[in-house]
Amino acid sequence: METRELTCIGCPLGCALTVTMNGEDITVTGNTCPRGAEYAKKEVTDPRRIVTSTVRVTGGSLPAVSVKTKSDIPKGKIEDCILALKNVSLTAPVHMGDVVLSNVADTGVDVIATKNIL
Amino acid sequence: MNRTTDLVIIGGGPAGLAAAVAARKAGVQDILILERDRELGGILNQCIHNGFGLHTFKEELTGPEYAGRFIAQVQEAEIPYLLNTMVVDISATAGGKTKIVTAMNKEDGLMNIEARAVILAMGCRERPRGALNIPGYRPAGIYSAGTAQRFVNMEGRMPGREVVILGSGDIGLIMARRMTLEGAKVKVVAELMPYSGGLKRNIVQCLDDFGIPLKLSTTVIDIKGKERVESVTLAKVGPDRKPIPGTEEEIPCDTLLLSCGLIPENELSGMAGVTLSPVTSGPVVNESFETNIEGVFACGNVLHVHDLVDYVSEEATAAGGRAAAYLKGELEGEGSQEVTIKGEGGVRYTVPSTLHVDRMTDKQVVRFRVGNVYQNCDLAVYFNDTCIQKLHKKVMAPGEMEQVILLKNKLQETENLTNITIRVEQPTA
Ligand SMILES: Cc1cc2nc3c(=O)[nH]c(=O)nc-3n(C[C@H](O)[C@H](O)[C@H](O)COP(=O)(O)OP(=O)(O)OC[C@H]3O[C@@H](n4cnc5c(N)ncnc54)[C@H](O)[C@@H]3O)c2cc1C
Ligand code: SF4
Repeated sequence: METRELTCIGCPLGCALTVTMNGEDITVTGNTCPRGAEYAKKEVTDPRRIVTSTVRVTGGSLPAVSVKTKSDIPKGKIEDCILALKNVSLTAPVHMGDVVLSNVADTGVDVIATKNIL
Repeated sequence: MNRTTDLVIIGGGPAGLAAAVAARKAGVQDILILERDRELGGILNQCIHNGFGLHTFKEELTGPEYAGRFIAQVQEAEIPYLLNTMVVDISATAGGKTKIVTAMNKEDGLMNIEARAVILAMGCRERPRGALNIPGYRPAGIYSAGTAQRFVNMEGRMPGREVVILGSGDIGLIMARRMTLEGAKVKVVAELMPYSGGLKRNIVQCLDDFGIPLKLSTTVIDIKGKERVESVTLAKVGPDRKPIPGTEEEIPCDTLLLSCGLIPENELSGMAGVTLSPVTSGPVVNESFETNIEGVFACGNVLHVHDLVDYVSEEATAAGGRAAAYLKGELEGEGSQEVTIKGEGGVRYTVPSTLHVDRMTDKQVVRFRVGNVYQNCDLAVYFNDTCIQKLHKKVMAPGEMEQVILLKNKLQETENLTNITIRVEQPTA
């Protein structure tokens, strides 16, 4: 059995949640509403985040372009994703929505530009 | 160079853009947006994290993407704008109802633009370092969190490797995550107050995710280093916010980020004679977002600091619509009874702070912030001395903007209504 303390981000109340994991069996306490339990279950089984960063650009109005993963990726892959982006260098023009790196860190998710650098 | 226009909008951030689009939709043809930066979008251009537009677009956009949606609308509507153009003065024409907006840029030099209405949308700036009340020498390595954000996100440069952040406002929290991901070690976020000034989701996603400690009731009392910061000393503070002897802790680092809050950018407004609120540092406005100067409106962070851009867009859309109504001569009812709205017992201010019942729309949103963390309390609304509604709140915190909605028909039903009060109350159990 394992327990974890989390803060729910579902609403400003920010309930302090305690998650107890017993193999497949997950119980959540401390939540004021069902959304807290849902959040906690996802957070302990498959936590995911959208990752945002910047990538180098040459020949444009600015030396960097902001990027994001097109959808959320497993939390454990964040570091690999950031490292992979360090090796990318683009040439202007770059357009919002352009794929900057496909299938980043084997997540099946593409990294796209979030800004135009002309 | 001199020109005339119906509506000048000062600032091309989300507030200015949404106000412009709304004014055009309401039929104003002759609009000019003036922006001092080299692109439209305002502060959002440096906010590359996601989390914008959850309310407006039901999507989690990054700052530049959110701004991009509004820039596209401005361009589609072919609303003219000037970039690299700094507004330096606003004044009223002698006797007339029009305003003179003085601006300058490289191509046109100094220009006077005569406008029938003006919308202030200059946003906000970071509180100056003065907030850091430490005597002595300032070595390199001390930045405001927003400056650091600009460095890292727009220029791709890192300000340092070992970081202490003072202030737990959202920019500081977001920079803690950003710099950690870029390989820096963020050692601690220290907050003077006993609660964080930032959104809960940012504490979880920016600090907890990376194991960065948040120390509340803590401040910086010393900075060591000649050329460059070598360490900062933290100490706990008591309820009087004074350092408690014996709690000092020296933390080696090369960078100190200050995230001490934002303050509306109102030098221009002050020069123009606009009355400012001592609480928000933004203009005092009525139900139409109009300041004490007829035909001068305000919206967005210049009015009061927002944490959600969605509310900025909503407010600016309303302000743009009201400015259009003014230009068409439809903002009548000046003479009608003016109702004062005030915040009491924990409600620090309200926007708007006055309203004319005849001029208000069916629903009037009143936004405000509370001065402390309140749990299980009621938000009570009084018409004159009668309580007309109570809303139970599980929690309210200074970091999150609150609102109540006033219904026009309710106001019309109340005889001799002169003031509305919004107050935090402990429920009588
Ligand atoms: C660092 C940071 C992080 C944020 N994070 C989030 C978030 O995660 N989610 C969210 O929803 N919201 C977030 N916000 C809030 C949101 O971005 C702002 O509330 C919003 O951008 C305010 O819009 P604005 O148009 O009022 O101001 P701004 O975006 O500041 O725009 C004002 C514009 O006016 C121009 N200007 C100023 N003075 C002059 C002058 N004299 N002449 C000409 N132009 C002038 C400026 O150059 C600027 O472009 C964040 C804000 C900041 C500062
Ligand atoms: S559990 Fe429900 S009430 Fe508590 S913070 Fe999460 S969403 Fe809000």
